Amino acid sequence: MTFQLFLFYCFAAILLFAALCVITARNPVHSALFLVLAFVSSAGIWLLLEAEFLAIALVLVYVGAVMVLFLFVVMMLDINLDRLREGFWQYLPLGAVVAVVMLAQMVLVVGGKYFGLIEMPMPSPRSATFSNTKELGRLIYTDYVYPFELAAVVLLVAIVAAIALTMRKRKDSKYVDPARQVMAKRADRVRLVSIAAEKQDAPSPNKT
Amino acid sequence: MLSLTHVLVLGAILFSIAMVGIFLNRKNVIILLMAIELMLLAVNMNFVAFSRFLDDPAGQIFVFFILTVAAAEAAIGLAILVVLFRATRTINVDDLDHLKG
Repeated sequence: MTFQLFLFYCFAAILLFAALCVITARNPVHSALFLVLAFVSSAGIWLLLEAEFLAIALVLVYVGAVMVLFLFVVMMLDINLDRLREGFWQYLPLGAVVAVVMLAQMVLVVGGKYFGLIEMPMPSPRSATFSNTKELGRLIYTDYVYPFELAAVVLLVAIVAAIALTMRKRKDSKYVDPARQVMAKRADRVRLVSIAAEKQDAPSPNKT
Repeated sequence: MLSLTHVLVLGAILFSIAMVGIFLNRKNVIILLMAIELMLLAVNMNFVAFSRFLDDPAGQIFVFFILTVAAAEAAIGLAILVVLFRATRTINVDDLDHLKG
């Protein structure tokens, strides 16, 4: 067993343990933290597969942004956990049967000798001067530039949608609508009242 | 020696675990979203493995785009979840039957 294979088994064991804890943890905060562990260990496996840029991007984007968003939402919501856990193990037999059948099918396909995947040789390691980031960047900005722009649009739509969904008007805020402020006329604010003039010699009621 | 089968089987196991997670946590929308993230991770694992063993960086480009779409999906899903919780004070899937479907 090579050292590479040993590292792969270590990361795979941590990844599967973390995934099992994600789906069975009682507290959603613990689930989110175990999901972070799963992402970090799979980033380790991607490093073994020489996908350095994606491994770093997984840690930065997922652990740094998406999982923080998950944790933020989980902690913001006041959830009644006991009701959500009712009948938790009730569907385990059905789910386990479906999952085991699906897993057996996939393992038979990818592990069988028909495709010969096990004999597929690992390509020789890249030289130390090879830059995975540079290669990906060159491809993204030449061959895949149109999908790249579309990905940017998808992210923009996600930002707009998330803000538009969660924004709400608060009743108690002293918010001034600029459009209404610009539309205001003098006649809306100033009222001229004609009052009859008082006589000079009449005693003023509030005179001390 | 690390072979393609190792990584593909790992991806299959991860996908199946996420599948069981969807069955178990059918009431909790947050854990459902997390299980979907695990499924996407399993798919990405296969893409990276094939990209390495076929020596073709196009697989990594595809993972890049999947990560983008998954981030957008998580952001919008969590926004919907927050709005849902604000409206109904619950995230239990059983309570979401207003449409009487």
